[in-house]
Amino acid sequence: MHDGNTHLVKMANDISNFFRLRPEEQAVAGTANHIKRFWDPRMRAKMTEHLAHGGEGLNPIALKACQQVCKAAASA
Amino acid sequence: MTVHTDIDRTMTDRGTPERTSTQTVTLEIDGIEVTVPAGTSLMRAASLAGIQVPKLCATDSLEAFGSCRLCLVEIDGRRGTPASCTTLAENGLKVWTQNDRLAKLRRGVMELYISDHPLDCLTCAANGDCELQDMAGAVGLREVRYGYDGANHLGQAKDESNPYFTFDPSKCIVCSRCVRACEEVQGTFALTIDERGFASHVSAGMNQDFLDSECVSCGACVQACPTATLMEKSVIKHGTPERSVITTCAYCGVGCSFEAELQGNRVVRMTPYKDGKANHGHSCVKGRFAWGYASHKERITKPMIRKSITEPWNEVSWDEAINYAASEFKRIQQKYGRGSIGGITSSRCTNEETYLVQKMIRAAFHNNNVDTCARVCHSPTGYGLATAFGTSAGTQDFDSVTDADVMLVCGANPTDAHPVFASRMKKRLREGAKLIVIDPRRIDLVRTPHVEAQYHLPLKPGTNVAMINALAHTILTENLQNQKFIDERVDTDDFRTWADFIRRPVNSPEAMEKITGVPAADVRAAARLFAKGPNSAIYYGLGVTEHSQGSTMVMGIANLAMLCGMLGRRGVGVNPLRGQNNVQGACDMGSFPHEYAGYRHVSDDSTRLLFENDWGVKLDPEPGLRIPNMFDSAIDKTFMGIYVQGEDIAQSDPNTKHVQAALSSMECVVVQDLFLNETALYAHVFLPGSSFLEKDGTFTNAERRINRVRKAVPPAPGLADWEVTMKLSEALGYKMNYTHPSEIMDEIARLTLGFRNVSYDFLDKVGSVQWPCNDTVPDGSPIMHINGFARGKGKMELTEYVPTEERTTHRFPLILTTGRILSQYNVGAQTRRTDNSIWHQQDVLEIHPHDAEFRGIRNGDHVAVISRAGETSMTAIVSERMQPGVVYTTFHFPESGANVVTTENSDWATGCPEYKVTAVEIRPTNRSSEWQEEYSDFKEKALRIGDPKVAAE
Repeated sequence: MHDGNTHLVKMANDISNFFRLRPEEQAVAGTANHIKRFWDPRMRAKMTEHLAHGGEGLNPIALKACQQVCKAAASA
Repeated sequence: MTVHTDIDRTMTDRGTPERTSTQTVTLEIDGIEVTVPAGTSLMRAASLAGIQVPKLCATDSLEAFGSCRLCLVEIDGRRGTPASCTTLAENGLKVWTQNDRLAKLRRGVMELYISDHPLDCLTCAANGDCELQDMAGAVGLREVRYGYDGANHLGQAKDESNPYFTFDPSKCIVCSRCVRACEEVQGTFALTIDERGFASHVSAGMNQDFLDSECVSCGACVQACPTATLMEKSVIKHGTPERSVITTCAYCGVGCSFEAELQGNRVVRMTPYKDGKANHGHSCVKGRFAWGYASHKERITKPMIRKSITEPWNEVSWDEAINYAASEFKRIQQKYGRGSIGGITSSRCTNEETYLVQKMIRAAFHNNNVDTCARVCHSPTGYGLATAFGTSAGTQDFDSVTDADVMLVCGANPTDAHPVFASRMKKRLREGAKLIVIDPRRIDLVRTPHVEAQYHLPLKPGTNVAMINALAHTILTENLQNQKFIDERVDTDDFRTWADFIRRPVNSPEAMEKITGVPAADVRAAARLFAKGPNSAIYYGLGVTEHSQGSTMVMGIANLAMLCGMLGRRGVGVNPLRGQNNVQGACDMGSFPHEYAGYRHVSDDSTRLLFENDWGVKLDPEPGLRIPNMFDSAIDKTFMGIYVQGEDIAQSDPNTKHVQAALSSMECVVVQDLFLNETALYAHVFLPGSSFLEKDGTFTNAERRINRVRKAVPPAPGLADWEVTMKLSEALGYKMNYTHPSEIMDEIARLTLGFRNVSYDFLDKVGSVQWPCNDTVPDGSPIMHINGFARGKGKMELTEYVPTEERTTHRFPLILTTGRILSQYNVGAQTRRTDNSIWHQQDVLEIHPHDAEFRGIRNGDHVAVISRAGETSMTAIVSERMQPGVVYTTFHFPESGANVVTTENSDWATGCPEYKVTAVEIRPTNRSSEWQEEYSDFKEKALRIGDPKVAAE
């Protein structure tokens, strides 16, 4: 994994861990919403690029959440 | 309220404390009828009727003592001459305070006092400010028939050991005011009256010097002393002040009101303001005495620039410095994009200055890259409490503590970090309130004179959430919750889901014991005590927030308070003890990259439109970078310029090497500060800042109290900080037009509902006010959420314990946790430049005897502290305050490099660094670490200021 992304992946995973006891759909939405509200666009862009390379290191909730946020950003 | 006061405080001293009974009594004093609350002394009743009874041992900050015999009165139908301070007012009494008999008695008493008192009034430091002198005059003492040759207490050596005040026993009248102030007001019990009769004297500790005793130098004794016995050295040196300005202390989040007492533009003394609603006339060693930094020789008062950080600084004009900064910022934006610059507002600066910096960044930088140092301290409080209650703030006022029956103190060390409020807590605890302390260390509050915690739960650092869940589990499974409160106030579905979660066996104290290391029986007992109340209040600090689960823990605390119905009245509540003077304010003012003033998200169209219309500029709807993300982006070369007002990120932020790398890679770092601080080592533009004594503004303390900061002296650099921000904004193409900070507050009030009725005129009238303050709550809000939460129903989030990734291993077997000490303040930029360093000259590493012995470390040895992030070295102190496996240090001195070893782990929600948990190894060493050596060389070079003439050529 590109070194600069390790921190970002850890951040996304940490967020998802807070929501992981909820039903999956809610957990993904909660994580996605948090990323949308608190991450600067360049952090999301970096994550988009990381996803394009397979999204290594992201847990399943974080992966889905990042895909949601980054898809929304890409289509905006 | 008056802004400038008469310095003679004896005129407003009513002799004994106020009583608040609902019953009243009516009596007659010197023929004047007066009605007072039951329990009021005759002395106070007389004062309320406008009659001053002579007194020496009485003062209204202390309970009556009845020793000086000067306040004697006569009461019709009663024998003798009772002391008016200890005699209570009763219905129908007829009291006489002045007649020939009383006058003769008082003169006799005064004559005895003066027969054993030096007659050097004209050269005495208290001349003109001495109650003994005043009373001698008031009782008409004209001669001392006994002469002065008999046995006396004159000619004794002064104790000048304390750097800020002297103790001259020859001038002492043994009124016990100092002893009682130390006990009743401060709660330290450092002073006593030793021996008896003629030999009785005030003794610090066990007849020690003040400096060697338990004295914490709060100044309460000096304040209480009616003579020159305890006297500020600054007054001895300069004489009595001639004017005073009421203002607010710029140290911790208690926000004490002070009178800055001056001669011309020289501050002679800072005295705690009796009508200050946060401190009620009390102070600590920092606010009372440690203000000399404002005129320290290292203060920089001229703007400076340099092309690169390897060059010496050049002093330049304000215009040149501002224009250089602006042109650099514009150049960087052109080269790297609009989002490549940003700024950091300061919790040390006023609301108005903070508001202005975030406005400049949004309106002139055209992005949202603004953050504040709350990021690294209480951002989880904002996030957690907003989630639970709908407001990012504590729920109570400080006075609420007087109604608390149980206090739960978690991850806070109030006697060191919030000393004036700690004194209030200790007072209530001495009155019988119960105490639960959750802290890895045995903090002083656990056992202090006449106070002992019922339960100290010494958990392992990083396991707060496990602990709070175990407490809640006990309460719910033992059916101790306040179901009525839950039914009325909490979202039903949330509660049901939460209850299912918290009841799980995994959250039981027995299961959590393995994680927290705290015996389950103690946790259960503490939970029962908390639930029983009747009034249980939670006080917490950075030991809660500065963790990877900081926000989760804040929500866990809110859940516990909701579960037991401990909200919405006096004596209860969730009380974050804010670290710095204006952390609350900096957050309120919209210094976050995602929020405008009033905690409204930048993506909210109607809010953005409100600000766009008012400011006349288009605003960015996307969140900006938080401080740690700014550093990451700097290393990625997408964030290349920063404006830092009143913060020292290079010392205070975690993983120093990472921060240094980030700052070194930026092309323009602008620092606005009093001193060339650690961040300034990496700066290209230095804008000299103004101290709190030099400007107008407001601070908002931990209880949401908006207090005025008033200009006592002109700004040393010529401009106050808000004026500098305005100039920079204008140079960047966005003009601001304020002529006084009051106009900035008017704008804040106009745009923020919670501040709608706040103005300088209003604050001058009422003294201070707690937000929200608007037409719905025109007098402000001492207690919040009385009839419902700001968000409607309270939200109970699931707070699963997720262990931090910072684990101990055989290579890093100990956990380092960091904190503060009483005499020093945060990065120490101010307190290190005062005599406070006499108490704490360096950061030390506290280590348990077992851990020390295992490593061959003796008390006072130099040790290396090594973590995954870096290595530093410092002196070790072997202490049983620590639990085995945990070591502790402070971060007040840059050269100790405490943050060289802390890591980049952070709170999942806010990015608040996990300062409180770092896996380390400690071993004896005889040299400084590599970082320390490199730093020392670099610092020497980076501080050079060039010869202005050479620079001009």
